[in-house]
Amino acid sequence: MLDVLKPPVSAFQDFIVLAGQATRNVFRRPHYSDDIALQMDLVGVGSLPIVLLIGFFSGAVMGLQMSRALAQYGAQGQVGNIVAITLVRELGPVLTALLIAGRNASGMASELGSMKVTEQIDAMRALGTDPIQKLVTPRVIAMAFTLPLLTVIADFVGIFGGFLVANLMMGITASQYWTTAWRALGYNDIVQGLFKPLLFAVIISMVGCFYGMRTRGGTRGVGLATTQAVVVASVWIFVVDLFITRIFVNL
Amino acid sequence: MADPTQFAKQPDSILRFEDVSLRFGSDVALDRVTFCVRASDTRVLLGQAGSGKTVLMKVALGLVKPDSGRVFLFDQDITDWPESKLFDIRSHVGMLFQEGGLFDSQTIEENVAYPLLNQRVRGELPKPAREQVHEKVVSALTFVELEKTLDKFPSELSGGMRRRVGIARAIVTEPPLVLYDSPTAGLDPITANTIMALIIKERDMRNTASMIVTHRYQDGNLMANFRYNPSSGQLEHAWRVNGASAPNPHAGLRTTFMVMRDGRVVFEGSEKELMASTDEYVGKFVKR
Repeated sequence: MLDVLKPPVSAFQDFIVLAGQATRNVFRRPHYSDDIALQMDLVGVGSLPIVLLIGFFSGAVMGLQMSRALAQYGAQGQVGNIVAITLVRELGPVLTALLIAGRNASGMASELGSMKVTEQIDAMRALGTDPIQKLVTPRVIAMAFTLPLLTVIADFVGIFGGFLVANLMMGITASQYWTTAWRALGYNDIVQGLFKPLLFAVIISMVGCFYGMRTRGGTRGVGLATTQAVVVASVWIFVVDLFITRIFVNL
Repeated sequence: MADPTQFAKQPDSILRFEDVSLRFGSDVALDRVTFCVRASDTRVLLGQAGSGKTVLMKVALGLVKPDSGRVFLFDQDITDWPESKLFDIRSHVGMLFQEGGLFDSQTIEENVAYPLLNQRVRGELPKPAREQVHEKVVSALTFVELEKTLDKFPSELSGGMRRRVGIARAIVTEPPLVLYDSPTAGLDPITANTIMALIIKERDMRNTASMIVTHRYQDGNLMANFRYNPSSGQLEHAWRVNGASAPNPHAGLRTTFMVMRDGRVVFEGSEKELMASTDEYVGKFVKR
């Protein structure tokens, strides 16, 4: 029984150690600002088209689904309200995070994993660079900045998608839609809508780097690390989402 | 085995091992290794595969911690240093890796510039301008005759060229100590000699302390008996360099050979002593 538990527990311990070192490095010199900028470009600018697309369609679909459900109560006018709340609280952060997990946790794991199996990480240490400082910390910082921004963009584009559906197919006026959407959002929603992506960003980047840094066994190992990074990051996103939502529901 | 206390005070010592032992599980990697490399010394490390040569280099850089014994780098005891402190001292040692160890997603220019920018980022040196970095990179690549490959990626170069880029990266910061891990392994004799000529050129032009791991006796022989002649740009037999007509008895004096077997140093001495050794294992490395 204990032997079964040993590998996951020790992996989790390694993860905590890596997360601790990466976090400590945020407040320590040297800072690799070039790498932070490069990662921000990769994560932020690189993901923008797909985030726009997914945000728009998820908002539009929400609008369509809700129009039918709300029609039963004759409350079609409230569609802006529902779309705004679901997107800002839940769909925006989670969908964007899942998307970025698939896109960038895999990218980080495979990049660092390839460097690991070709001993470039050891070379880096021998040249006098802390690989965690140079590789992990910039990715975490870049992700923590860009994911909340991407989420805000996805939220907005989603609400706009809902508006198009509501306006063109249900005949709801612009002022009615935007007023209900705007009124629906409270302080609590905004805070949770920004706090979630921040945590998800840390999860995605740390998990991606963690599986990259512990890659073993050549090209197959890199593939395995990539898959594991995406799966584990996605699972943690949902688990953490549940807990945060639980906390904010009571606030 | 030498008395470990004999190196108690060595002001010009660059790299010093005192009674260093290391095991990986039940395998002995290093067994009470003691030696000292002084400024502008050359140390040639011979031994069969798995005898602990590469591990010794990793211990010298603090990449692997020894189980017992002390390691001194630039006369500082680095044995118990935390990793964060080691990064600083490592950036003052040049290292050529067995497989080159180049960053494959960076161009040759970025690879060679890496140690310079690293020192800058660590705040050890005043910030050099981009042009200065470029200049130094070009001069290091010119040194290894690869100045035309700046924009190429390591995968676009041949094995020997990659090894030369590795040398350029190791020496670009002009470190007082350069470690070469099997610089000629897996290369044809002509390319291998080119690499050795570059290593000797680096040693003689800048008076660098060099430590070279190899399994080819010829490499050691070249290091011991040949010098770089800056006026002709060629390697010459050591006793000819200064126009001497008779063999210089001091030629090869600064070159020490070490032979390793199963983690132990079984021989340490000059080339003459190496040639004279009656040990069967040591004899296998010498061309008679």
